[in-house]
Amino acid sequence: MQQGKYRFVTGFLIVPVALYAVFMIWPYLQTFGYSFTDWQGQSQEMGFVGFDNYTALFSDSVFLKALWHNILLLIFLPVATILLALFFAYMVNVGGRGGSGGVRGVAGSGFYKILFFVPHVLSIAILAVLWRAIYRGDVAGLINGVFIKLGLSDPAHPIEWLNEPDLVLWCVAFVLLWWGVGFYLVLFSAAMQSIPREIYEAALLDGSSRTQTFFKVTLPLLWDTVQTAWVYLAILAMDCFALISVMTPGNSYGGGPDHNSEVMATYLMRNFLAFGKSGYACAMGVVILGLTLVLSLVTLRISRRERIEY
Amino acid sequence: MGTTSTSNGANGEGFSRRNLIKRSAALGLIAVPTMGFLSACAASGSGDDQERQKGEVTKDNPFGVAKGGTLDVVIFKGGFGDQYAIEWEKLYKDTWGPEISHLGTQEITGKLQPRFNAGNPPDVVDNSGAQQIKLDVLHKNGQLADLTELLDAPAPDDPSKKVRDILVPGTAEKGFIGGKMHSLNYVYTVYGLWYSGKMFQDRGWEVPKTWDALLAIMQDAKKQGIGGLAHQGKHPYYINVMIMDLIAKTGGLDAMKAIDNLDPKAFVGSAAAKQSIEAVYEIVEKGLLLPGTNSLDHIESQTAWNEGKAVFIPSGSWLENEQLKQTPEDFDMRFLPMPVLPGSKLPFEAIRAGAGEPFIVPEKARNKAGGLEFLRMMCSREWSTTFAQQANSLTIVQDGVDKSVELRPGTKSAIEAVEACPVDQRFDYYYTNWYSEMDESIRTASAELMAKRIQPNEWLKRAQAAVDKAAEDPESKNNKRP
Repeated sequence: MQQGKYRFVTGFLIVPVALYAVFMIWPYLQTFGYSFTDWQGQSQEMGFVGFDNYTALFSDSVFLKALWHNILLLIFLPVATILLALFFAYMVNVGGRGGSGGVRGVAGSGFYKILFFVPHVLSIAILAVLWRAIYRGDVAGLINGVFIKLGLSDPAHPIEWLNEPDLVLWCVAFVLLWWGVGFYLVLFSAAMQSIPREIYEAALLDGSSRTQTFFKVTLPLLWDTVQTAWVYLAILAMDCFALISVMTPGNSYGGGPDHNSEVMATYLMRNFLAFGKSGYACAMGVVILGLTLVLSLVTLRISRRERIEY
Repeated sequence: MGTTSTSNGANGEGFSRRNLIKRSAALGLIAVPTMGFLSACAASGSGDDQERQKGEVTKDNPFGVAKGGTLDVVIFKGGFGDQYAIEWEKLYKDTWGPEISHLGTQEITGKLQPRFNAGNPPDVVDNSGAQQIKLDVLHKNGQLADLTELLDAPAPDDPSKKVRDILVPGTAEKGFIGGKMHSLNYVYTVYGLWYSGKMFQDRGWEVPKTWDALLAIMQDAKKQGIGGLAHQGKHPYYINVMIMDLIAKTGGLDAMKAIDNLDPKAFVGSAAAKQSIEAVYEIVEKGLLLPGTNSLDHIESQTAWNEGKAVFIPSGSWLENEQLKQTPEDFDMRFLPMPVLPGSKLPFEAIRAGAGEPFIVPEKARNKAGGLEFLRMMCSREWSTTFAQQANSLTIVQDGVDKSVELRPGTKSAIEAVEACPVDQRFDYYYTNWYSEMDESIRTASAELMAKRIQPNEWLKRAQAAVDKAAEDPESKNNKRP
């Protein structure tokens, strides 16, 4: 049986590894190569420009603004999503208090789980269109309609949610939050269900409050899952391309008004396709890749803890 | 450093690339990306291996189209649909007999960028819409066939004339990039404001010819609870139509050419630009915009306008087709040339009109001769009439549409406006095709102005900065309007 084990394993792995190499690794490497050229994206004619693209990047005010927006999202999005998802997951699984002291979720928890997960089933394109209608800037918008009915805003000056420099990025971030919470709720629920009930019962018997149970029992035992969620959400925050390009104003790939919702990915696409600065765009791609890698490593490193076996 | 000088043909193959590889290797940059280039070279080489389809050049066959073979057509399927092209292809097949492959799509860039890069582009492309591949970029990369040949070929209906003689004046120039014609802009498009004839009649308004009269109507409308001006705020392209029209009319053709020619005083230091942008800002300041219009996209705002929530909206003459389903039966869509400011150099009748919807033949097309012939046949009366029937729009072929074709009210009123305007007072901007980045920067500034976040002076500064930046590109020297 041992004999030929490696051949057997290789036989299974060769196809996925080859696919991965051709469609993931190879384009990454090509991007590296193109980032040192003045490639314009519509032919294979190009010249070598060394690090010019990279030096230009860091004096490009729009790119720096986009980078800053990504950093804001990077701070806000994972924290908010994880905290909310953890809270909901806790309430749905162990937050309820029955008279007999059993451990279970709040009433109707199965229903809540489905309800929270629904947004995650929708495609991003549908989400974007849906939320554009909600944020719509005239009286026909859902929020504006409600606000005007309640007398909170003036029909002559409805709030142009996606056209307000200070609001637009957070409007989009909220959609991502709304979309993400359901998924992480389910992820954390699954992890919570694998925590032995005896531990909770013991905590209950010792008279710990809900908050204490959460911080002293649940969270430490969920740490691995939280860590994974953090890395995924950080990667999501570095991207945000689809929602921003569909929802926000601007002529190619959104990012407006006046670059106030610009993220690196939208600026990359605009340079790559609309402006014919594809080499420059590839340099941005490399920077995004670098930042994402560093972030993932740092996150995993900082959050490393003793694993608790149960 | 640019390497466009080595741009064409199989032997140009890789002076620059070979050099590049050597240098990157010499610099000791990671060895792997070099491999990337090697493969990229291989990919691009494949296009040159394909046989070019070419027949004999005769009087009736000025480009030497080979009978049979293939013809690959890609059409932007937007407001005009793509049925007209399917009809054309049938006619083309009757004459030349090739296998025709037709693709109607909105994703021009997504579908075609890989093909341009790999060196196997289609033979004819209607390169239009929001996802068009920018013509300036294609041109810089040597991907566009020079259409001078087409201009000098015999006209399809009357071989004693040349194609250039049967086109509406200005058509060839609209396709100029780097001093030569590289695209055939086929649809005769008129730009300006639009309104509902019925609304005007119901409320007893007169057609406004001056800016003051325009403002007066908007103010009257505001009192009646209607927005004065709607615009497609999510896409500031449209409000720029209004701003740029007004600048050209106020300052005359010189003010317009100053912008296209990247004059250091195109905006800052131009009295016409200052007067015009202040006039547009007055609409904002007096609260005459449809509330919320700054954040609506083109369909949302145009539909609100169709529903009678605003009086005017800026657009090109594709508007009527685009809004076909949303327009009420008795709407009576009408075109309005941009009303004039006091001291305007051009009269009210002057309009921005010209060729739009660029058709191109890729330089590396397998059946380039067939592509050119396709464009030549588009300039025939038969094909032009087919287009008018299918797409309810005029073409750039002079008298090219059979009078029996019934056009809709908006298009009719646009044609009346064109006829009322002497040829030397029709104008058209070229910078949008020449300088994509400058265009976008000005649009962004316009969106800020409409949202009252910047003042006219700041708008002028930003627009001028965009012009100055475009002027830094050495290639801009090749784009000059006389």
